[in-house]
Amino acid sequence: MDASPAQPAFPAGNVIDLEKVRVTFGSDKNQVTALAETSLRITHGEFVALVGPSGCGKSTILKLVAGTLTASQGHVFVAGREVGANHVRIGMAFQNPTLLPWLNIRDNVMLPLKIVPPFKQEFSAKRKSEYRDRVEASLAQVGLAGFGDKFPWQLSGGMQQRASLCRALIHDPTLLLLDEPFGALDQFTREELWEIMQNLWIEKRPTVLLVTHDLKEAAYLASRICVMQARPGRIVDDSVVPFVRPRTIEVSFEPDFVSLTQRLRERIVAARAVQEIAS
Amino acid sequence: MNEQLRRRILSMTCILGFFVAWELLCLLFHVSDIVLPRPSEILMTLWTRFPAIWPHALQTLYTTLVGFALGIVIGILLGMLIGSSRLAYDVAYPMLVGFSSIPKVALVPIFVLWFGAGTVPAVLTAMIMCIFPIVVNVATGLAATEPELQDVMKTLRATKLEILWNVGLPRTMPYFFASLKVAATLAFVGTVISETVASNRGIGNLMMIASSSFDVPLVFAGLFILAALGVALYVIFSLIEGRVTGWAVRSDNFAAGG
Repeated sequence: MDASPAQPAFPAGNVIDLEKVRVTFGSDKNQVTALAETSLRITHGEFVALVGPSGCGKSTILKLVAGTLTASQGHVFVAGREVGANHVRIGMAFQNPTLLPWLNIRDNVMLPLKIVPPFKQEFSAKRKSEYRDRVEASLAQVGLAGFGDKFPWQLSGGMQQRASLCRALIHDPTLLLLDEPFGALDQFTREELWEIMQNLWIEKRPTVLLVTHDLKEAAYLASRICVMQARPGRIVDDSVVPFVRPRTIEVSFEPDFVSLTQRLRERIVAARAVQEIAS
Repeated sequence: MNEQLRRRILSMTCILGFFVAWELLCLLFHVSDIVLPRPSEILMTLWTRFPAIWPHALQTLYTTLVGFALGIVIGILLGMLIGSSRLAYDVAYPMLVGFSSIPKVALVPIFVLWFGAGTVPAVLTAMIMCIFPIVVNVATGLAATEPELQDVMKTLRATKLEILWNVGLPRTMPYFFASLKVAATLAFVGTVISETVASNRGIGNLMMIASSSFDVPLVFAGLFILAALGVALYVIFSLIEGRVTGWAVRSDNFAAGG
């Protein structure tokens, strides 16, 4: 427990640093390699998307960084310290909204302020005034103004997912981990949330690690895309997305954008074909 | 609303009908009040001998509530321990199951041996009766907590205690209250068992004495009192349950009130 309320200033270097990390499940005979030896560096303020088919280990990387999974080999550094020992503020949104059913939307979004320093020290004093306004503002930003008193089950799946994004962002995280948060939404809601997400990133510049299987989503949001392959999970391509921001949905119909997603798609398909032959 | 009212009236009528049928059948077949007194006789006994009965009722209620409260505290603590630690689960569960299989009547003489006859054995018996369901339910509730919800807390670097307090315990509340309703009635059983065996006060003792003098209406009056106390406690916990765990049944009342 660190007493200092301020974020420790870490060098402008790597926020995430995976060094020769391997993740395996099970024991000797039935051992499954979820992630082959992988190294990945993400610098401050980057928006990195991990794309690939299911089972390629992209969620595994996210869990390693979040600290909910430990590597079988190698080291995971977050802000220069071994994961778990760092004091980086992490925000995470999951594939499911994972809102706590006994709290209304406002209290759900407020949850990180109750847990994460330096906010938690002042939680009892500010929960009724300053934090409440903060939550309302955040809800308004994603189009949920006035829904603070509702309970999760009273909201549609899309609205719950918006609330879950608010929760991931309410404590101004310097590192944002997104595990396919838009995956279960309809096309229009998804595109709307892409725009909101991009605006938030431009405004606050957190480092973002987004896991997705949607190439268009990756190309729209990310500044860098890592393509992953399954069995064993590994990174096979790492490219920069050059398009200027703020990007609009129209950009996604332009030739450069289309050719980028095409190229990534072919990369994945080709690797799959090789795999078929090998097996 | 109207539908609800009709359901209420219907259920009340059926319950009243049970007692009316009892009354009528006793009259029809000339059942002696030494075998089975009529409800009207029981109520009369309750009314006329109330001054003699109520100190006993109060004693039983007091003993039960103290035992119940102790049972809740110990039950929650044990449940939390068992629910959050694998080792505690493996050690304590078989012991608990074994312990709860012991007939509680057999324990009363031991308590009397240790603490003497009277209130203390009754409190302890009530407590022991209600611990088991509470422990099992609290432990189950904690074990059933969705890993995804825990992951939310873990990524926020929450401590074990914060996870327990913010996710584990709220998640457990529906299980906990379900067990309280069972435990509340069991606590009365515990108290009365002990009072029957070793006490000179309480409804159990009253019924013991009444039956030895063939005062069967008084025995039934005691049963009525016990039933009424049990129902009252059950209702109180149901009301609290509705307020605290309405989210689990997605009740609109809860959403409006909370």
